[in-house]
Amino acid sequence: MDIRWNILIIIMGSALVTLIPRVLPLVVLSRFQLPNGLIRWLQHIPVAVMAALIAQELFIANGNFAFKQLEWLAALPTFAVAIFTRSLLGTVIVGLVSMMLLRWLF
Amino acid sequence: MELNHQRIDTQDDSFIQGVKDCVPTLLGYLSIGFAAGVVGNTSGMSVSEIALMSALLYAGSGQFIAAGMIAASSPISAIIFTIFFINIRHLLLSAAVAPHLKGLSSWKNLVIGSQLTDETFGVAMNHVASGKKLGYRWMLGLNITAYLNWLLATIAGGLLGKWIPHPEVYGLDFALPAMFIGLLVLQLHSSKKVLVPMIVALSSVLIVIGASYIFSGSMGVIIAAVISSTIGAVIQKWTSDGTS
Repeated sequence: MDIRWNILIIIMGSALVTLIPRVLPLVVLSRFQLPNGLIRWLQHIPVAVMAALIAQELFIANGNFAFKQLEWLAALPTFAVAIFTRSLLGTVIVGLVSMMLLRWLF
Repeated sequence: MELNHQRIDTQDDSFIQGVKDCVPTLLGYLSIGFAAGVVGNTSGMSVSEIALMSALLYAGSGQFIAAGMIAASSPISAIIFTIFFINIRHLLLSAAVAPHLKGLSSWKNLVIGSQLTDETFGVAMNHVASGKKLGYRWMLGLNITAYLNWLLATIAGGLLGKWIPHPEVYGLDFALPAMFIGLLVLQLHSSKKVLVPMIVALSSVLIVIGASYIFSGSMGVIIAAVISSTIGAVIQKWTSDGTS
């Protein structure tokens, strides 16, 4: 096993700081009856997070606002397939193929 | 229709059903995991190191950043701190699944939470949005399938990285946004009232763009999620007088 000490420390440290935010809210909040306002707020988190992650992929390059043309061109058929087929696998395949074609063309 | 739903409810909770519901995400994970393995390889990490990182850290964006910073010989503390910031959005995901896993013991929730990712979270919340409950065995089936697929994909990328130094040429990097697009659209599709989630999604996009002028990318995602969810909750309260 060729694992260097400094890499091992990086892996252990980053795993720990990632584990805590993953586990803590779930373990703590699932033990209480949450107020309706908080539940209503939490219901919007999935859409909000997914939209934010997509925006980051399509609009942000190196931490700054950028209109990423290739990503946008690939996103259009990807959105279309998602809307019309509602198939996650189909969406990913069309996304991958679109990007492959675009990279090959430009 | 209603009756049909009732009947399959018991089956929905099984481990195997969780595995099946994970299948549509496998190709996306495979592409990204493979790319992460290749990037790890080019940053000088050994296959054992890549495998250990996937097994313990198990976070796509975190692993890409780690490889980049290791290649740039960044200090260990800076790498760990950066990964902490990138992955802190899991706080929100973890909190959002909590109401749906209320009956479970802390130990079981610890196991489920430790394997929480953007994609498995998306699949689980779509499961909820389509009117089904989250069961422990179903979550395990979903999580373990995703975890093994990720581990194997990154190892494959680490092994084959020598021959494919630039995986983005094949469009592999677009698997991630494509998967997020699919998960978002599915989530919108299963919402009863689509207008409020649309407003939430749109404001989230605008806030990410706005925040990019002030904060780092991962911070922008957290700020956008918090503010746009608040917008959604406030609109919902206004329009329904808090009865929903």
